Amino acid sequence: MSPEPTTLLQGTLDLLILKSLVAGELHGLGISRRVQQITSGTFVVKPGSLFPALHRMEDEGWISSFWGDSENNRRAKYYRLTKAGRKQLEVETKRWSRISWAIGQALEAS
Amino acid sequence: MPLFARVQSFVRNLFSARSVDSDLDQEVHSHLAMLTDENLSAGMSAGEAHRAARIELGGIEQLKEQIREQRLGNWLHSILSDCRYAIRQLRQNPGFTAVAVLTLAISIGANTALFSVVNGVLLNPLPYKQPDQLVSLWWDRTPGQHSSVPYANFLDWQKQSTVFSSMGAYRQQDVVLSDAGEAERVAGVMISANFFDLLGVKPFVGRFFRPEEDQIGAGPVALIGDGLWKRKFGSSPDVLGKRVALDGAAHTIIGVVPENSPIYVSAGIYTPIGQLSDPTFRDRRASTGTVGIARMKPGITLAQARMDMDSVARNLSAAYPDADKDTGIFVNPLKDDLTSGVAPMLLVLLGAVAFVLLIACANVANLLLARSTGRAREFAIRVALGASGPRIIRQLLTESILLATAGGALGLLFAVWGTRTALAAIPQALPRADEITLDGRVLIFTLAASVLVGILFGLAPALRTSNPDLQKTLKEGARGSTGSRLRTQNIFVIVEMALALVLLAGAGLMVRSLIELAYVNPGFNPEHALVFSISPPAAKVATAAQVRETYHDLTARFEAIPGVEAASPLFGALPLTGGDSLVPFWIVGQPKPSSAREMTRAQWYAAAPDYLKAMGIPLQRGRFLSQQDNETAPFVGVIDDGFAHAYFPGEDPIGKHINLGILDVTGAEIVGVVGHVKHVGLGVNGVLDKRGQIYFSMTQLPDKLLPLVGRASTFVVRSAAPTATVTVAIRSASEQFDGRQVVYDFQPMTKIVSDSIAAQRFAMSLLGVFAFIALVLSTVGIFAVISYLASRRTHEIGIRMALGAQPVEIARVVLGQGMRVALLGVAIGLAAALALTRLLANQLYGVSAKDPVTFAAVAGLLMLVALAACYIPARRAMRVDPVIALRYE
Repeated sequence: MSPEPTTLLQGTLDLLILKSLVAGELHGLGISRRVQQITSGTFVVKPGSLFPALHRMEDEGWISSFWGDSENNRRAKYYRLTKAGRKQLEVETKRWSRISWAIGQALEAS
Repeated sequence: MPLFARVQSFVRNLFSARSVDSDLDQEVHSHLAMLTDENLSAGMSAGEAHRAARIELGGIEQLKEQIREQRLGNWLHSILSDCRYAIRQLRQNPGFTAVAVLTLAISIGANTALFSVVNGVLLNPLPYKQPDQLVSLWWDRTPGQHSSVPYANFLDWQKQSTVFSSMGAYRQQDVVLSDAGEAERVAGVMISANFFDLLGVKPFVGRFFRPEEDQIGAGPVALIGDGLWKRKFGSSPDVLGKRVALDGAAHTIIGVVPENSPIYVSAGIYTPIGQLSDPTFRDRRASTGTVGIARMKPGITLAQARMDMDSVARNLSAAYPDADKDTGIFVNPLKDDLTSGVAPMLLVLLGAVAFVLLIACANVANLLLARSTGRAREFAIRVALGASGPRIIRQLLTESILLATAGGALGLLFAVWGTRTALAAIPQALPRADEITLDGRVLIFTLAASVLVGILFGLAPALRTSNPDLQKTLKEGARGSTGSRLRTQNIFVIVEMALALVLLAGAGLMVRSLIELAYVNPGFNPEHALVFSISPPAAKVATAAQVRETYHDLTARFEAIPGVEAASPLFGALPLTGGDSLVPFWIVGQPKPSSAREMTRAQWYAAAPDYLKAMGIPLQRGRFLSQQDNETAPFVGVIDDGFAHAYFPGEDPIGKHINLGILDVTGAEIVGVVGHVKHVGLGVNGVLDKRGQIYFSMTQLPDKLLPLVGRASTFVVRSAAPTATVTVAIRSASEQFDGRQVVYDFQPMTKIVSDSIAAQRFAMSLLGVFAFIALVLSTVGIFAVISYLASRRTHEIGIRMALGAQPVEIARVVLGQGMRVALLGVAIGLAAALALTRLLANQLYGVSAKDPVTFAAVAGLLMLVALAACYIPARRAMRVDPVIALRYE
């Protein structure tokens, strides 16, 4: 419930979800596949992590949802970024860059 | 914006829970369908595609539960649903719920009732402005013995002290009110002009006394209490300026003030204390009931105030060595003054009632544990459906807190009723009793106690249930593994027995004390002795001669009533009423002490010759007072045997002479010795009881003293006739003597004796009630556990019986199990009681706090009750039919 993601893992997941929605709205499975795609298969997001995260982020107001039809003409719940979500993406991105830069530095140090 | 979004989500999750949930369900299912589609298009068969999708998704219900737990406001939502679920559960088991709620209601109710007493008496500030600044001031004639202050001294204190923003005084003195309807006796207080300003009390109408009215010779003015105002004057503001006669003297009413006060007995009439010109009242050596009261300046501490008054006391000691040498001044916080006497007792009772609550907790915890076995499957299923351990603990705690709150609400009703009953039964036992109410603090106490209690008794069963071994529980059926559960239950019962024993021991000691007190010989015979007070019209007691004549006449009239064996007025304090009247003395032939202060003081009583007969005090030597001991005859005195032993050891006191300070009598001859009277208290044996007692003839009291003491008097009458008959006869005799005369406060002496131990009776009754509740609860506890144990062993018992065991042996096994638990509880309880009962020591009389008889008796009682509680399950076990028992498994 804290707006400030506390673990690296959770932060990563939020970041990846937000990032996957930048191009446009997606349903749950779509997000899952998009994340897999943009991370070249490094991250496979299981429903057990994906949906709790989506609902939490929706409660936070970063994404909003609506019902639509999928490519196979099934009713599906779609998510899209909100204004607050875009802001959050910036914050998360900066945070992540700083962490990854720091980790990189740490690993390069001899 | 994000805050807004979150609030919106919170509200939506909470209030549209159903639509949010069905939305979630659709979403999960649509996800499953799309996964299946994906798998199909990857070339799987329909069955395979569906199976793979299910595997990837995980358990649908578990996933949904995970998502729900992530939601905003989930905590509140789940608490609400826990509550709903809990209520449903409790309603399904009305028997269990009723027993648990009732147990809790009784114990929380008892705690609430006692806390409301402690709150009203000890915790609440006095109902005055900035009450922490208020102190009372007493005169320490000898260190540690606080008495009222001579008015002359008070005036010096007022002048010389520097730490008080104001200092006032009050003195209780009842008056006869006439000229406003029928003449009647009214409780009165003489006050200094600043008295009410000092307390921060405002008049209802009119004004307070002015300083110039608080002087000898000032115009007679009076304030009246609001109760009297309403009763006599219909609460009319026209009362101002009205004239009433107080003790026959006209006074002008100038204001109306509150009648009730925790400081003095509620008073109808207030007069300025400074107008009283009586010489004894003005005598620096005599303490005549005046009490100082003062408000410390802001920032002044009690220690500073005490230091300042110490130096005032030293000044007076130097200035008036005869009266004040080495006397001290006792500065006491006003509240302590009122409550320090009962505080230890109340705290002991509060501890005792907390024990009752603990016992109730243990009992309800045991009930819950017993139930939790039956519910093991239910929780195993819930865990299988995705509920987490903490989630289940919360669910169970919600149930127990709900139970406790229901118990607390019902307990509150019990408390209202119980407090009222207890206070009505023994009103003399407590100061500030009329300030006891159920205020906010009491309600918060009850709520907090309920919630805490709910957590306390719910935690053990919850922890035990929340971590079920899924496989085992679901497979094994209703019977889970229960070894550790039994251990927990046994511990609870042992604790209950131990706590109950402590309470029983405390109650037992109090009962024994009261029995001892009942056997104390008060030194007089209270049976058939009737006591009342009388206020002759002021015109008939204005001079010493009038006082003598009036009381002589009254005594004769009362003794003429058929059935009355003896009657006598009594000037001076009546035994066992808390008052005393002391006279300093020294024996003729011994050197006169250098100051009045260094003289030993004796309790004096001035009475008529028949006082001895009226009170039923035995004459031991010589004679008692006679009609010949009048104002023209030599002054004589009769002493008690304690006086004789202390001051005339090995001598015959009769014919000896003593000098009396204050009364200014020299060479009073001792003409007789009578039995010692327990004046201070039935249970008091120390220095106060060792004080000598001396009886004077009322008619021989010095002329200067008689008008003051003769304004009103106690009368003692001995008659075997019913109290009501005697009362009527006395009233009519009084009426015949003078219609303006008021007689009041008729009380059998037996009532005065029993009232004198009201505090002990109060403590005993409450401890008795608590101990009884404890006994019942712990009996129920041990019964439940042993019954459960026996039923658990039905199978084993069946085998034993099939193998030839005799029913008696079976009963012995079951009883043995119960007795082991009971014995352990009793042993621990005895140890705890030995450590704790000394807190009661101050309340005990004639019995040690470690009285072995009491301890043995209560231990025996508890064992006996436990045995009886185990007997039923043992008998049931004896009747087990081996065939049925074995088949049942």
